[in-house]
Amino acid sequence: MEELENVGKQPLLDFNFLKELTDARIGLGHAGTSIPTKESLNFKLAHAQARDAVYTPMAIVALSSKLESFSLPSTTLYSKVKDRTEYLQRPDLGRLLNQRSTKVLSDEIKNCDVVICVADGLSALAINLNAFDVIKLLVPKIQQANWSLATICLVMQGRVAIADQIGEILKAKLSLILIGERPGLSAADSMGIYLTYRPKRGLTDDSRNCISSIRKGGLSAELAANKIFYLIQQAMGKRISGTGLKDEYES
Amino acid sequence: MSYHFTIDHQRYQFNDLKALLAKASPFRTGDALANISARTYKERVAAQLALADVPLKNFLSETIIPYETDEITRLIIDDHDMANFITIDHFTVGQFREWLLSDETDTAKLHHIAAAITPEMAAAVSKIMRNQDLIAVARKIEVVTKFRNTIGLKGHFATRLQPNHPTDDPKGILASIIDGLMYGNGDAVIGINPASDNPLAVLKLLALIDRLRTQFDIPIQSCVLSHVSTTLNLIRKQAPIDLCFQSIAGTEKANHGFGISLALLTEAHEATLSLKRGTIGNNVMYFETGQGSALSANAHHGVDQQTCEARAYSVARKFNPMLVNSVVGFIGPEYLYDGKQITRAALEDHFCGKLLGLPMGMDVCYTNHAEADQDDMDNLLTLLGVAGCNFVMGVPGSDDIMLNYQSTSFHDALYLRKVLGLKPAPEFEKWLIAHQIFDEYGMLAKHTNLGILKNLDVLWKS
Repeated sequence: MEELENVGKQPLLDFNFLKELTDARIGLGHAGTSIPTKESLNFKLAHAQARDAVYTPMAIVALSSKLESFSLPSTTLYSKVKDRTEYLQRPDLGRLLNQRSTKVLSDEIKNCDVVICVADGLSALAINLNAFDVIKLLVPKIQQANWSLATICLVMQGRVAIADQIGEILKAKLSLILIGERPGLSAADSMGIYLTYRPKRGLTDDSRNCISSIRKGGLSAELAANKIFYLIQQAMGKRISGTGLKDEYES
Repeated sequence: MSYHFTIDHQRYQFNDLKALLAKASPFRTGDALANISARTYKERVAAQLALADVPLKNFLSETIIPYETDEITRLIIDDHDMANFITIDHFTVGQFREWLLSDETDTAKLHHIAAAITPEMAAAVSKIMRNQDLIAVARKIEVVTKFRNTIGLKGHFATRLQPNHPTDDPKGILASIIDGLMYGNGDAVIGINPASDNPLAVLKLLALIDRLRTQFDIPIQSCVLSHVSTTLNLIRKQAPIDLCFQSIAGTEKANHGFGISLALLTEAHEATLSLKRGTIGNNVMYFETGQGSALSANAHHGVDQQTCEARAYSVARKFNPMLVNSVVGFIGPEYLYDGKQITRAALEDHFCGKLLGLPMGMDVCYTNHAEADQDDMDNLLTLLGVAGCNFVMGVPGSDDIMLNYQSTSFHDALYLRKVLGLKPAPEFEKWLIAHQIFDEYGMLAKHTNLGILKNLDVLWKS
């Protein structure tokens, strides 16, 4: 491998000290004017990981049985999206439950304080790796504060705003949605959490608060759970969410 | 007014020019999402056939967004160059395409009529052109701009050095800038997308590039791509602003969503000019655009995304910009799904921008949820090079670690210059040769000169 690295490349000399200053792909060297083989393939690998994250299905059965062992009921729901291709092209359909799921949800217990939703978003990998860790830390805090919790909604092919419809049907005071973020080259497994007070259909992003980059190596599950619980307290107290609610959590 | 075309006794009707343009647009997901695209392949071609017969004059009498409700429509109509319109006023859209492609229509003639073409005329003709037509016509057009160097000359190809960092760390940014300069990138501009719009953070970055530029006497311009209102405030404090940046869109409502208006842009343009920092020219604005921005702000008025994009160019040309680029693949697959759609859109944007007289560059780029990869970008980069694109981005290893998308690398620019025999901006090339970064033939020097790495200490300060 070392030989391969050195073919056709200029010596890096003092560039190494620059490389320590940023995660950007600098000091790559060059073969002719092109990127050397190893760097070129490393880039391809990072892209492949991101692509696979987009197409990884959410491990619903595993997640719901983990939740069950924690005595938490969950309900599996589906958006109006048929498959990943449609999901990527029709964000509008990913924000709405299909007819069957709407009916299933209507039979659930209503008027709870908090509903937690979990959706694949653009990286089910992020959910498979991070969602349960956050939920198991967050739920005891919510219970301790004496807020009632609805069934945990596991949503296939969902977008952020699908939590609006879910919250509206369940008449929840506040909705959370844990969702896979758009994968990047450096991290394909980042999860975001969006909080909305008095969720209802038609709300836009300025009505929500968001915590992002939750992953091992990013924002830890513990810190994420603390931050989101702080935001829930603020939202419940002030009866708002979104741009009017500032995230002043001190970590 | 309604338009129609009949194929095999089937009559296709289009209620107005807006609907006709939308249905004639080559397929892309954004128009389908907006529910305005043709429903069948045949309907699309029927629309194109009908559009080819529409006289160019109709575009002046039938506005697609009302004059009364949209300041960009007013700009388009009020600034239209009637005197030079005489050259093309008798054409239909179809005849206009043939005139553009004709060998008699040269660089000078195209320059002459730029202000006589409205964005809607440009969009219309592009919809009935194949990719090769878009390349062949754009290649004939030369739009040259100047600040501290000259961008857009035929035979030259520049890059915006894009040294972004997730926390705006000055050292991290400087490391990427130096790497880029060593690869002959940055002649169009050193342009940083700041992670924060905080004026102090922006000022710090501006001062950093300014020190680097003056210390090594580099003939380039810089820009921190903050909101125009932030830049305006910094200008009032005499910050070293070379180029003033703003994202723009093609409807008043979409621009409102960006927090801008023509009045605010005029104010920013005049303020930037007042700094008089350009040494050989006065093109001080840098604009970014992109298909789908109006739709994503729900401000498209039922106009297709490519026509909205062309309308943004009428905003840009009012302010004699140094640089304009469409960030074509950044918006995501719900607007441009795959490599094919991104490529088509990029060639349309480059063509329409050039036809309207803009110094067009392109951000050849994609996100990880789009059906595209480096091979698609290699193809597009090569096509744009042939089409005479003024500049592309230069991002370390194609990976923007702040904006989380993939664009063209420093190496990509060297590849394109090599295979097409293109040179950097002349003033910048001279500097590269003088500092032994390039050899006398304009190729990357065999032994990297690291002189620039010496005495960097002064740059780290403050």
